[in-house]
Amino acid sequence: MFNYTFQWRQAFRALPEMLDGALVTLQIAVLSMLIGMTFAVILAVARNSASRWLRAPATAWVEVARNTPALFQIYMAHFGLGSFGIYLSPFAALLAGIAFNNAGYLSETFRGALRAIPDTQIRAGRSLGMGQAQAFRLIVMPQMLRISFLPTMNQTVWAILMTSLGVTVGMNTDLAGVTQDLNARSFRTFEFFALAAVIYYVIAKAVMLASRLAAWRMFRY
Amino acid sequence: MIEIENVHKSFGALEVLKGIDLTVEKGEVVSVIGGSGSGKSTLLTCINGLEPINTGRIVVDGTEVHAASTDLNRLRRKIGIVFQQFNAFPHLTVLENVTLALRKVLGKSRGEAEEIAARQLGHVGLGDKLKVYPGRLSGGQQQRMAIARALAMSPDYILFDEVTSALDPQLVGEVLDTLKLLAEEGMTMICVTHEMNFARDVSHRVAFFHKGVMAEIGAPDQIFGAPERPETREFLSNVR
Ligand SMILES: Nc1ncnc2c1ncn2[C@@H]1O[C@H](COP(=O)(O)OP(=O)(O)OP(=O)(O)O)[C@@H](O)[C@H]1O
Ligand SMILES: [Mg+2]
Repeated sequence: MFNYTFQWRQAFRALPEMLDGALVTLQIAVLSMLIGMTFAVILAVARNSASRWLRAPATAWVEVARNTPALFQIYMAHFGLGSFGIYLSPFAALLAGIAFNNAGYLSETFRGALRAIPDTQIRAGRSLGMGQAQAFRLIVMPQMLRISFLPTMNQTVWAILMTSLGVTVGMNTDLAGVTQDLNARSFRTFEFFALAAVIYYVIAKAVMLASRLAAWRMFRY
Repeated sequence: MIEIENVHKSFGALEVLKGIDLTVEKGEVVSVIGGSGSGKSTLLTCINGLEPINTGRIVVDGTEVHAASTDLNRLRRKIGIVFQQFNAFPHLTVLENVTLALRKVLGKSRGEAEEIAARQLGHVGLGDKLKVYPGRLSGGQQQRMAIARALAMSPDYILFDEVTSALDPQLVGEVLDTLKLLAEEGMTMICVTHEMNFARDVSHRVAFFHKGVMAEIGAPDQIFGAPERPETREFLSNVR
């Protein structure tokens, strides 16, 4: 520690490579959110369904996603499925693990948003001659969007940070993976990881700031 | 014309309407009074088909409300309803609250819908609030907006369910004035109300509900001046 001399120049020279990695990170995060939101809606509907056979697996999914480490979820997607003969590439396993996690958290967010909107809103719409689906789309959905927007963007930030767990399943093209490789080649551990942390930080802050701005523009009531 | 014939309605084991018969003619204003839980609100939500009934019939202009073949969405366009809780759509401005169904249900253009909405909102005294969100309105203003929203669909009938009960006393007057105006214009109305003065002054007939039965119905003078049934007398002596 005491004879460690900082060598930032080498780290900065690797910056373009790291930023390429950051793009992959964003790509995984965005994809995992799109997949996660789709499954979140399905899970939320299933958990509200009358059938136990729909409710039970959906509840299990949400419980595991929310109460076990994300690392475990990504491991299961890679090594767990691997032992059943289903081999996912590091990219696919990381994506699947994070999407699984996103779906669990977001389904609870969506369910909470739905519960927050009283039935009387639908009744008022139906009284004006709207069909059930139409009233849901025109009256309930926009209100759900407002309630769940910032929590969903929080999950996006969380998804971005979770991508760093990909190194444990051999992912080497995202920001964490690239950084790990650079470190292995040069042993400039502190410099590379500090730089990577700054990049994660800037992305996370930018996403949250943009979300706040968008929320302020979109939801004027 | 709304024809209600021997309507029975239960929630589970609880029978809430026990054989209601009532006919409301075009242009008539009927007030419904009665104790809490006597089935007044339930009757209104049965008339526009929000609630199913067990037996009997409700026929609106020749269409049986609860027949399987009835297009309820279409039928509801001619039966407006305003609830005790205003049910404003919080994510839409006052103007948009009114134009939503005009555009999405009646298929009117934005321009036409806004013209109708602005006229109706002016009618209830909200002409200067078009761009405001309901969260910024007082209860009385929200309720008048809900009335304008129902009126904009040009319904043939309007059902009012205790539209002043959730309001502060000083705001009740402005909403009742709106209802009076409507009655004078010849709108067909069924008003569930606790406002006895309103029921006496505005309605053609007053119906008294008691434990799921329409115990008595008649002209306001008769119901308030010379009620025949002991339940009616007791109810009226308690509210006054
Ligand atoms: N959706 C429902 N499910 C079960 N019971 C209900 C439902 N709606 C109303 N009830 C019951 O039906 C009875 C009649 O209710 P209703 O709301 O029609 O009375 P009301 O005359 O309008 O009373 P209030 O003056 O208090 O508004 C009450 O006992 C009520 O608890
Ligand atoms: Mg009621």
